Amino acid sequence: MQAFIIRRLLAVIPTLLFTSVIVFASIRLIPGDVVDLMLAQNDISSGTDRAVIEAALGLDKPIYEQYFVWVSNILQGDFGYSLWQNTPVAEQLALTLPITFELGLLALIVALTVAIPRGIYSAMKQDTLGDYLTRSFSLLMLAIPSFWLGTLVMVFPSVWWRWAPPLQYTPFFEDPLGNLAHMLVPAVLLGLSLSAVTMRMTRTMMLEVLRQDYIRTARAKGLKENLIIFRHALRNCLIPVVTLIGLQAPLLIGGAVILEQIFVVPGMGLMLLEAVFQRDYPVVTGVFLIVGVSILLINLVVDLTYGFLDPKVRH
Amino acid sequence: MDSLLSISNLSVKFATERGKVQALDGVSLSVNAGETLAIVGESGSGKSVTALSILGLLGDSGQVTDGAIEFDGEDLVNVSAQRLREIRGNRIAFIFQEPMSSLNPVLTIGTQVAEPIWLHHKKSWPEAFAQAGELLQRVAIPDAAQRLNDYPHQFSGGMRQRVMIAMALACQPKLIIADEPTTALDVTVQAQILSLMKNLTKELNSSLILITHDLGVVARYADQVAVMYGGRVVERASAADLYKSPQHPYTQGLMQSIPKLDGDPGSRLYTIDGQPPDLSKLPAGCSFHPRCPFAREQCTTAKPSLQDIAPTHQRACFGYER
Repeated sequence: MQAFIIRRLLAVIPTLLFTSVIVFASIRLIPGDVVDLMLAQNDISSGTDRAVIEAALGLDKPIYEQYFVWVSNILQGDFGYSLWQNTPVAEQLALTLPITFELGLLALIVALTVAIPRGIYSAMKQDTLGDYLTRSFSLLMLAIPSFWLGTLVMVFPSVWWRWAPPLQYTPFFEDPLGNLAHMLVPAVLLGLSLSAVTMRMTRTMMLEVLRQDYIRTARAKGLKENLIIFRHALRNCLIPVVTLIGLQAPLLIGGAVILEQIFVVPGMGLMLLEAVFQRDYPVVTGVFLIVGVSILLINLVVDLTYGFLDPKVRH
Repeated sequence: MDSLLSISNLSVKFATERGKVQALDGVSLSVNAGETLAIVGESGSGKSVTALSILGLLGDSGQVTDGAIEFDGEDLVNVSAQRLREIRGNRIAFIFQEPMSSLNPVLTIGTQVAEPIWLHHKKSWPEAFAQAGELLQRVAIPDAAQRLNDYPHQFSGGMRQRVMIAMALACQPKLIIADEPTTALDVTVQAQILSLMKNLTKELNSSLILITHDLGVVARYADQVAVMYGGRVVERASAADLYKSPQHPYTQGLMQSIPKLDGDPGSRLYTIDGQPPDLSKLPAGCSFHPRCPFAREQCTTAKPSLQDIAPTHQRACFGYER
């Protein structure tokens, strides 16, 4: 198992290197660079100032040199400084990362608690009204973009009942309830959209597993249906479902970025969005690198979960 | 002798995409206490369906449309689901054909063998586990106690079938149904498994229904035999009588198609012409008539019923001779 983890971690290195090149290049490819924006904001338009700013920010060097400087700094744990605030990127990341992590975790919990029981229910009641309703609901959640639903949740309750979701962020350790009250609405919206595919996968897998010979063996033992489902079928059915959850990790983070914006959650998403608008290169590349590492780690956790679910992987 | 299980006039239909298929048509069987009944037939003859219908394991698409199954004085066709669960695994146990896929891959062998004891004998898990260890020992699994925590993929096919047998014996059932228990195994392992099954059922004084298409197995292990063809029982007799004088043309054909050591070298093996029938379009009359060398006009229109030709020997045939 240890060798397996080490191998997986080593495999992360080339992936990250590749990611870093793409991230580094793509933000610089967006029309309008950071110097243009700075000049526009300060209402200065002389040629000399441009060269001065570029030199001060280190943007006058060739792009490959900038890349190598950035990478070697990262390897030393230095994410660089924000081009605008001149604050260390690492410091900003340390502030925002836990918030996004919390939102993602809450969304995942919502997604799983909604998806797995509904998937099982739907499989057990195959082709009944309950099954159709459950499946239609999940399709609806898949089809409706969460930013649109987020906007509706912001607007309509306040018009109809003069109630709006709280938008004041409080750190979890200061006021857990206040924190959860704020995070819950975006977490539910994000969780529901993630639950759709997971629910359908759970249903399909459960139907597949219930057709297996070992389920017939369990029936022949005289077990009740709920024991057959929870002791004999569920773990077999969850193995592919867990894979799917790993594959959805990027979706989870992408969704968080948008919902943080709508619900004013000061997480990485909000930070990223501002940084992209301002072409704050070190912040953007820093966030993306962290996102990349997170996705790779989530998939490592998924692989380790197999070992728990499937004895064939463990031995 | 009192019969432990008696099936009379059982008919089963399956709903398929091509409409209803009659899988069993008036099957009658009985098993006496302590005896071994072999059900013989080709694939699709209805032998597995007969076995599954005893425990109500036909699934959603299969349905008993007629007939009765009486086990130890109880009607199993109209029994409540709750009562049927009390009988399953407890008084009637099943050994399936595929040891590779019939054990749950994510549960330990110990859990799976102990489960019926925990369920039906209301033992605690540690007690049930201890009994499971003893059971594994009885089916001659080496290092039984250590292997309780292993998973099915760590066992060979033959060992898995031993586990299935241990599981079936767990609650000392009155009746064990083994559906082609050795078909998926190596020839060398087959005899071991069958002897083991036979000896253990004898120790428990249980009855055994052995479903097979192997007439050699029937000769060695069965007391009574029922030959099935096209969803019907075509001949019933004791194993000795059946071998001495098979009465149904189908049984006779089966017997002749067994290769013999003392046969003429170079002579061709006897084969029954044609194919086993498709249950969705069975021929009218006796379903064997298209392949029967003695078929007459009557065989194409009327279904022969099971008739006594000796006190313990029955066949379903009009009995035309060459």
